Amino acid sequence: MSNPTAFASGKRVPRPRRGSVYRGDAGMWSWVAHRITGVLTFFFLFAHVLDTALVRVSPQAYNTVIETYKNPVVNLFEVGLVAAVLYHALNGIRVMLVDFWASGARYQRMMLWVVVGIWLVLMIPGVYFMLQRTVSVMFGSAS
Amino acid sequence: MATTADDSTQVATAGGTGLPGDLPPVPDGAVMLTVHIQRFNPELDDAPHTESYRVPALPGDRLLNVLHYIKWYIDGTLTFRRSCAHGVCGSDAMRINGRNRLCCKVLIKDLIGDKRNEVTVEPIKGLPLLKDLVVDMEPFFDAYRAVKPYLITYSAEPTREHVQSPADRARFDDTTKCILCAACTTSCPVYWSEDAYVGPAAIVNAHRFIFDSRDEGGRERLEILSDAEGVWRCRTTFNCTEACPRGIQVTQAIQEVKRALMFRRI
Repeated sequence: MSNPTAFASGKRVPRPRRGSVYRGDAGMWSWVAHRITGVLTFFFLFAHVLDTALVRVSPQAYNTVIETYKNPVVNLFEVGLVAAVLYHALNGIRVMLVDFWASGARYQRMMLWVVVGIWLVLMIPGVYFMLQRTVSVMFGSAS
Repeated sequence: MATTADDSTQVATAGGTGLPGDLPPVPDGAVMLTVHIQRFNPELDDAPHTESYRVPALPGDRLLNVLHYIKWYIDGTLTFRRSCAHGVCGSDAMRINGRNRLCCKVLIKDLIGDKRNEVTVEPIKGLPLLKDLVVDMEPFFDAYRAVKPYLITYSAEPTREHVQSPADRARFDDTTKCILCAACTTSCPVYWSEDAYVGPAAIVNAHRFIFDSRDEGGRERLEILSDAEGVWRCRTTFNCTEACPRGIQVTQAIQEVKRALMFRRI
């Protein structure tokens, strides 16, 4: 057993294992994710209003812009959008229950796992069907 | 306890010379624990830094024993608050492995693992840092005082005592347990970024009187808490409930105050 010491300065001081990120309740991380998905959805809506407004410029301009969306990168964005909106919607219901249901605060963590569960159950087949066409076009055989 | 046996003599000799005392014998069953402590001396340092110590500790020791060991035998300049050392006074709230805890209630056996015996100790967030693990608690107590945490009555005094049924007493039982350690308020992400927010502890102490059947100041307190920096700042992250060393359902209390405001019902 070594002697108790302060690590002498100049020697190799072990870096702290953890930074000063607060390791809060699961509820804190659900709130962080709620903020992030909310902001992402807002940016999507911003772009969506702009591209839809192009119909007022001319139908050709609208078609030209929509044509640029038909590529694998935008397909991945679509998956991300569905993931963000779905989480935001489900967790939004949880937050409303915490606010208005007298026992909501007691069951908040259980409700969070229900939210995550429903999200996974819907996202796993969802991702499959959303990416199926892109994957088969990019990597599929000629059949 | 590793440090109880000959503390008094050691401290007495150390006090005279300013030098640490001789190391006490390491008890059987002690493990070597690496403690990373955030240090800050306002007279020397521009910013806080981390210093690490390797100390023997028994699994049944509390983290407070380890901080005492460091202060008494390794570095007497380590500064932290503690008074009762038994989880009642609420003066030693600190961030332990990234979570707000009372260091007198954290046992070493809950910190040590199979691979690495390490613990990180930092001051609580969101209050002005004074030195090492000591923060300025005055903004916290200002928020506490703002919610009028005392009995208010306007009607005629009863000739004998204020009578209260057990059911009425149970209504606010949970929030009577607060010891004002600030673990909840300084675990709140909203409080970190918005100093003006009254914070969970003030709302808990308002709840304690708002729902007291003997008290008649509920409307005033609800008015104060309905302010822009009152209960509506709460984003229900539940960090406060997780951090409370007294097990108070803090978020539940805040939500009850919100609902009392929304539905005008106490």
